[in-house]
Amino acid sequence: MKIGALTFGGGYAMIPIIEEEVTKKRKWISEIEIMDILAISESTPGPIAVNTATYVGYKVAGITGGIFATIGLAIPSFVIIFVISFFYQDFMKWPVIAAMFKGLKVGVIILLFSAVLRLRKGVKVNLVGTILFVSTLSIMLVFSFIDIGFKYLSLSLILLGIITGIVLTLIANKKEGSK
Amino acid sequence: MIFFELFYTFFLIGLFTFGGGYAMIPMIQEQVVSKGWISESNLTDFIAVSEATPGPFAINISTFVGNSVGGVFGAICSTIGVILPSIIIILIIAMIMKKFMKNKYVQGALSGVRPVVLALILSTALVLFIKVLFFRGNSFKGEWEFDVRSFALLVILSGMLFIYKKVRKKSLGAIKLLGLSALLGIIIFTV
Repeated sequence: MKIGALTFGGGYAMIPIIEEEVTKKRKWISEIEIMDILAISESTPGPIAVNTATYVGYKVAGITGGIFATIGLAIPSFVIIFVISFFYQDFMKWPVIAAMFKGLKVGVIILLFSAVLRLRKGVKVNLVGTILFVSTLSIMLVFSFIDIGFKYLSLSLILLGIITGIVLTLIANKKEGSK
Repeated sequence: MIFFELFYTFFLIGLFTFGGGYAMIPMIQEQVVSKGWISESNLTDFIAVSEATPGPFAINISTFVGNSVGGVFGAICSTIGVILPSIIIILIIAMIMKKFMKNKYVQGALSGVRPVVLALILSTALVLFIKVLFFRGNSFKGEWEFDVRSFALLVILSGMLFIYKKVRKKSLGAIKLLGLSALLGIIIFTV
């Protein structure tokens, strides 16, 4: 629930908070598992934030956990938007609110960078991994810079990672078989 | 019945959206604007508000539309509608994954996916960094403009975090950090 209340801009912006609350503070799941969960959330229907909450909840406390984590995620946004929707057209015109949100954006940037640094430890460094990492990063940057709205971009990149991983396992199997 | 219609519409939207919140916008335009539940310009306004308020976009938009069409109960129906497909699908997958986690191919697939996910997070960070610091209106469509105040805030915050880590031997919690950045934001951007 805390996570829902503090997440801006959905999906990826909430990763650092989830990662910190769930892996570091509560030790519910490991850093590697977090990345697997994110990949699954991205490649199944439904908003990433909701998918991730359900999955984490299930891992920690079974089906009930999944349902409760998701409801917990939804309640803060629900309440906030419900209140705002009565006067939303004036909302952003208050200078204090606007200033606060600008400050929060900077905070989110710092959080995202530090999450990358922490999660990096869980990834094995090898050639294929580096290639996947660099190409995903450059494709994402180029696409967002030229502002092409291709909604299946990150999904296709994740699928590419999955296929590469399976193909590599197949190749490794063949090598073992021929020995 | 309007409540059932809200539930059903957002259930469909939840079921057929892949990826994060904004991937839903085309679906919402198609399903919600065409029903006359919300106008095109209201939707655009709301996207801006949603971007500036906490919470996942999917839940924000379904609460907003539900409330404007059917009051509190409408908001509840559409929000439950949008999260229900995720709950069902993810629970099923999580149960299946438990069995297959030790499978070689599943492990292979996951090891291929991890660098991609890491790169996706890093690119989100970089894009946000560039937008906030160098573009007016925090969008690539805006004019090129270096935002001195955001930069100052970034430097101050990073400095404070660094000192905190040195002194306390652990990093500042994410939630405290966000509180601090909101507070400093109010000071820096209103003077």
